[in-house]
Amino acid sequence: MRPILLSGHERSLTQIKFNSDGDLLFSTSKDKIVCAWWSANGERLGTYSGHQGAVWTVDVSPNTTLLATGSADNTVRLWNIKTGECVKVWDFPTAVKRVAFSPDGGRLLAVTEKRMGFLGTIAVLDINYGENLTEQAAEPSLVITCEDSKATVAQWSFLAKYILAGHEDGSVSQYDPKTGDIVENIQIHEFDSAITDLQMSPDRLSFITASKDKSAKLISARNLAILKTYTTDTPLNTASITPKKSFVILGGGQAAMDVTTTSARQGKFEARFWHSVVGEEVGRVKGHFGPLNTIDVHPAGTAYASGGEDGYVRVHHFDKSYFDFLYEVEREHLREQARK
Amino acid sequence: MSVRTKNCLASAICFCPKIQQRTTPIYLCSGTYRRPRYSQIPIMAPSFDTLSEQDLHEEEEEEIDFSDLKAEYEVQMEEGLDTFIVIDGLPVVPEDSRQKLVKFLLRKLNSVGSTSEDAVFMPVNDKKMTEGFAFVEYETPEQAVAAVKQLHGVPLDKKHTLAVNKLMDIERYGREGRVDEEYKAPTLEPFKEKEHLRSWMGDANARDQFALYRNDKVGVFWNNKTNTPENVVDRAHWTQLFVQWSPKGTFLASVHPQGVQLWGGESFSKQKQFPHPFVQLIEFSPLEGYLTTWSARPIQVEEGQPVLTYEEDGKNIIVWDIETGKPLRSFVSHDLAAPVAIDGDVAPKKKVQWPAFKWSADEKYVARMLQGQSISVYELPNMNLLGRTSIKIDGVMDFEWSPATVIREGVKQYEQLLCFWTPEIGSNPARVGMMSVPTKEIVRTRNLFNVSDVKLHWQSQGAYVCVKVDRHSKSKKSMATNLEIFRVREKGVPVEVVDSLKDTVINFAWEPNGSRFVAITNGEAAQGAAVAPKTAVSFFAPEKKGHQAGNFKLVRTVDKKNSNGIYWSPKGRFVVVATVHSQTSFDMDFWDMDFEGEKVDGENNLAANLQLMKTSEHYGVTDIDWDSTGRYVVSSASVWTHSMENGWNMHTFSGTTLSENPTEKFKQFLWRPRPATLLSKEEQKQVRKNLREYSKEFDEEDKYAVDIANTAVVETRKRVLSEWLAWLRREKELLAEEKEVLGFAEDADSPKAALDARPVVEDQGDSVVEEIVEEIIEETEEVIG
Repeated sequence: MRPILLSGHERSLTQIKFNSDGDLLFSTSKDKIVCAWWSANGERLGTYSGHQGAVWTVDVSPNTTLLATGSADNTVRLWNIKTGECVKVWDFPTAVKRVAFSPDGGRLLAVTEKRMGFLGTIAVLDINYGENLTEQAAEPSLVITCEDSKATVAQWSFLAKYILAGHEDGSVSQYDPKTGDIVENIQIHEFDSAITDLQMSPDRLSFITASKDKSAKLISARNLAILKTYTTDTPLNTASITPKKSFVILGGGQAAMDVTTTSARQGKFEARFWHSVVGEEVGRVKGHFGPLNTIDVHPAGTAYASGGEDGYVRVHHFDKSYFDFLYEVEREHLREQARK
Repeated sequence: MSVRTKNCLASAICFCPKIQQRTTPIYLCSGTYRRPRYSQIPIMAPSFDTLSEQDLHEEEEEEIDFSDLKAEYEVQMEEGLDTFIVIDGLPVVPEDSRQKLVKFLLRKLNSVGSTSEDAVFMPVNDKKMTEGFAFVEYETPEQAVAAVKQLHGVPLDKKHTLAVNKLMDIERYGREGRVDEEYKAPTLEPFKEKEHLRSWMGDANARDQFALYRNDKVGVFWNNKTNTPENVVDRAHWTQLFVQWSPKGTFLASVHPQGVQLWGGESFSKQKQFPHPFVQLIEFSPLEGYLTTWSARPIQVEEGQPVLTYEEDGKNIIVWDIETGKPLRSFVSHDLAAPVAIDGDVAPKKKVQWPAFKWSADEKYVARMLQGQSISVYELPNMNLLGRTSIKIDGVMDFEWSPATVIREGVKQYEQLLCFWTPEIGSNPARVGMMSVPTKEIVRTRNLFNVSDVKLHWQSQGAYVCVKVDRHSKSKKSMATNLEIFRVREKGVPVEVVDSLKDTVINFAWEPNGSRFVAITNGEAAQGAAVAPKTAVSFFAPEKKGHQAGNFKLVRTVDKKNSNGIYWSPKGRFVVVATVHSQTSFDMDFWDMDFEGEKVDGENNLAANLQLMKTSEHYGVTDIDWDSTGRYVVSSASVWTHSMENGWNMHTFSGTTLSENPTEKFKQFLWRPRPATLLSKEEQKQVRKNLREYSKEFDEEDKYAVDIANTAVVETRKRVLSEWLAWLRREKELLAEEKEVLGFAEDADSPKAALDARPVVEDQGDSVVEEIVEEIIEETEEVIG
C-alpha cells in the first residue's frame, strides 16, 4: 500500500473529508487554508482562502455543492465548491470547532467553543440550495447551549433524528434537533478525558468516538449503548469506520507537548486498524512523524486518508490483501449466507 | 510531655510572620485535619493499625519546615531529666548515717557510669529518717539507661534489693491513675488457624508466581507461559516504596513510612510488622530468620510506641527477629568513605553501606565493617559481639561471607568463612585475607601490588572465591584486571591467577553451582568521545581433568559489544548477557554453555561448549530476572529508571519471546523464589533420567491447553459476530419502521435524496482523471575537469 503524500499545508492538519463520491478530498489546517485534492492521484484541485484564523473543521454537502468550514476567526463559511467563492459568512462569538451537514444537506450544525464568558453551543443553520447560493438564513434556526461540559464534536444520527455530541468531560449526548432538548447524556469515556472525534457509520445507526483516555468506542446512535470498546496505548485524536469491510481506523499519538519525553523511535504515530466486530487489532500503518489528527475513509471503502500534526495528508488506496482479510468465523458466516 | 511541646509550637507559629505569608493554610489543631487523609486509604490497602497516629503526624509535619522554630522554642524537658534515675529499696537510716549509705551506694553506682556524691539526693522526712529512696543524676542519659539495666534487682545486702527506674519512667507510669491498681488478666485470643505459608508450592502444574508493581498497585500472579497470567491478588497502595520477596519466597515485604510489613499465605494476609519509621532499605537473612531495616533518619522513639524502646532511639539500623517481630539490636549506621573527589569536582556524597550487615550462610553470624578499621561479627540469636570485641583489620575495604557452608580439606571443626581485603598502606602491600569464624583465625592471605580496587566474588557453593583485582601501571595511566581465584575446598587453598585479560573487568559472574564464569571487559574510552567504549564478553571454563576442575581457561571472547550485565540461570548452564540501562542499545544474548552439538576446534579439552542461542531486544531494558526454576527470563523497563515504554517481556531460557506486556508506570517485576528442593540427589538423578518421558506428558498437556484456548477464542469470536449481526438486523428493522411511520423514502439518508441533488442527466459519460507521470528515461553523470 503506497501512500500518496499531499504536502500543501504549512501547519498541522485539523480535519480531512472525502466527498460522497470519494473523488475529492478536502483538508483544513491551522495555516488558514482549505484545500481540495483529487483523491485518485493527490493533485491539488484548488484552495478556498478567506479565513483569518486556523481552520478547525470542514464538511461537504451530500452532492458536493457546498463546502462548510469553521475557524478560529469565529466564523462559519459556506463555499461554492465548483467556483471557490465564499457564498456566506456566519459570525459567532467564539471559535467554531466542528461543522456537519445533516444527511439531506438541509441543515448544518456548528459546534462553538466555550471562551470569554460564552458557553459552548451547538448551532443549527438552515441551508438553501436555490439558484442563488448566497441567499442563506442570517441567524441559526436553533442554538443548543452546553451548560455542563462544552461539546467538542457533533454529528447527525440516522434520519437526522438526533444530534449526537461528544463532550470535553468524556460524555456523549443526544439532542433533539427540533426542540434542542437534551434526550440523554452518558459518561462514555473516562471522566475528564475529552472526546476528540465522533464519526458516523455509513448507515448512521452507530458512531465511533475517540478520546484522550486512549480508547475508542462504538456506540449505538439510538440509545447510546456502548457496542464495542477499542483500547490502545496512546491518546487518540481520531477514529473512523470503514464501509465495505468491518474495520475501524484509529489515529493518535503522544501529544506534541509530550513528544520530547517519549522516544522518537516509537512515537506511536500510526494508524491502527481494528476489526470492529471481533475487537482485535489487525494492523498498523506507519508514515506520519507527528500525531495523527484526523482520519477519513473513502465512502466506497477503497481508500483512507490521514492528516497529521506533521502537516501532511497521506492518502492510502487499499491493496487486495486488505479486502481479502477475513476472520475464519466471518468466512464461515459468508459461506452459510451463500448456501441460503 | 510531647503534647506540651506541640502547644508551644502552635503558639510559636502564630507569631511567625514567615509562616503566615504562606499561601497554603496551616492547620494548628493536629487531630482534625489529618484524620481524613488517613481514612482515604482504600479498604484493601494495608493499614498499620497497631501504630499510633503519631507516626503519621510526623510525616505531615515534614511538609512544613519549622525546624528553625523548633530549635528556638522547643523545651528540651526530656533531655534534662534523661540522666536521672530513682533508686528504691534502700534501707531507712537516720540522717546522720545518710552520708555513709550514699558513699556505700556510690561504689555500686559508679560501676556502670560516673556520678558523684553531690549528684545523689536522698530526701529526709520530718522524723529525720531517710525515706528508703534516692535520686541520682548521671553524666549522660546512656549511663542512666545502663544503671537501670544493670542495677535493677541487684541486692544491696541481705535485706535490701535495689529497684532502679528512670525518673522519666516514674513520671510516665508511676503517677496515680496511669496504671490500673487492680490486676486484670489479659484476654487470650482464641486460636486461629493460619494460612499455609508455602501453599504456592502445591500448585498442580508447578507454576511459579511473580509480583508485579505498577502505578500504585501491586499484584501477585501465576505465570501461565504465553497465556495471560492468572491473578492471585491485586491491591492498590499495597506498598509505598517497593516490594521484596524473602529469599525462600515465604513472605512478600511491603515498605511504608511506618515500617515494613510481611505478607504470606494463600491470600497474602498480614503476617508480621516491623515498625521502623521511614524505613528505606530492607534485607532478609538467607534463611528468612531475620530482617535488617535501615533509614537515613535516626529513629525517634515516642511515647506509646509498643515495639520500639529507648534502646532504638537515635539509631538507623534495626535487626529484627522475624518470628517474634521484635527488634534484636539496633545500630547507628557507618557511612562508607566517599570516593575521592576528582580535582575541581564537587565532593561526591557519602555512600550508604548496604547491605550494612552481611549474613553467614547458616545465619549464625552477622557481620558489619567499619571501613578502614574493623569487622564486627555478631552471634545469633542474641546478637552479642563475638568474643566481645570487633576484629581490628587496618584499612579493611570490603568483606564477603561464603554463601554456603564450606568444608575445607583437613578441617574438622565447624567454621564459616569470610573474605576481606585491605589496600596498600604505606609500603605494605594490599592484601586479601580469608578468615575462619568463630575462631577469627586468618587461614589464607595473599599480597597484591599496584591495586586500585578489589571485588570479591564467591561462587554460590563457596568452592571458589574470585578476587577481581584492578591494577594500575606505575604511571597510573592504564588499568588492567587480574582474576585471582582461590580454590577454597582444595588443600591449602591454592590460588590460580587469570591474567589473560588486558582490560579492566566491569562485570563478573560465576555460574551458580558451577565452575565457569563470564567476565565483561571495558576497552579504553576514546579521548573526548561521547559514546561509551565498546565492551568484550569473555567466557571461562575449567579444563577437563578428572573429578576436580582443572585450570581456568578462556573459552571465547566476543568483542565489540555494549553488554554490561550478566544474568546466569539459577540452575546454571544458560546465561543471558545483556545491555541494560543504556540509551542506545538493548540487546540480550542468550548463551548455552553446554550446547549439545559439535564442539568448536581447540575447545575440546574444556568443560564447556559455548553456543549463542538467540539475540533479542527489549527497548529500554533495565532489569533481567530469571525465575527460580531457570525456565523463564523476564526483561523489564522500569519507570524508576526512565519513562519510555515501560513494561516487561517474558522469554524462555533459550530466548524465544513468549509475551510482551507494555505497562504504564511499570516499576517492579519479581519472581517468587522457591525454597531448596526436598528431593535427594538420587531422586533428582532419576527425574533427569526420565526427562523424555515427562516432557512427552507435558507436551501433551500443553497441546491440550492450547487447543482449549484456541477453541475458546473461536467460540467467543463466533458469539461476538452473531451478536453483532443480530443487533444490526434489529436496528435496521427499527429504522425501516421509523421511515414508514414518518413517511421517509427508503433511501432518505443517501446523497441522492439530499436537497442539493442534481437532476439526473443522461449520458454524461465517465469523468476522466488526468494523471501526469514523470519518468526518468536516462541519467548521465559528467565529471568536469
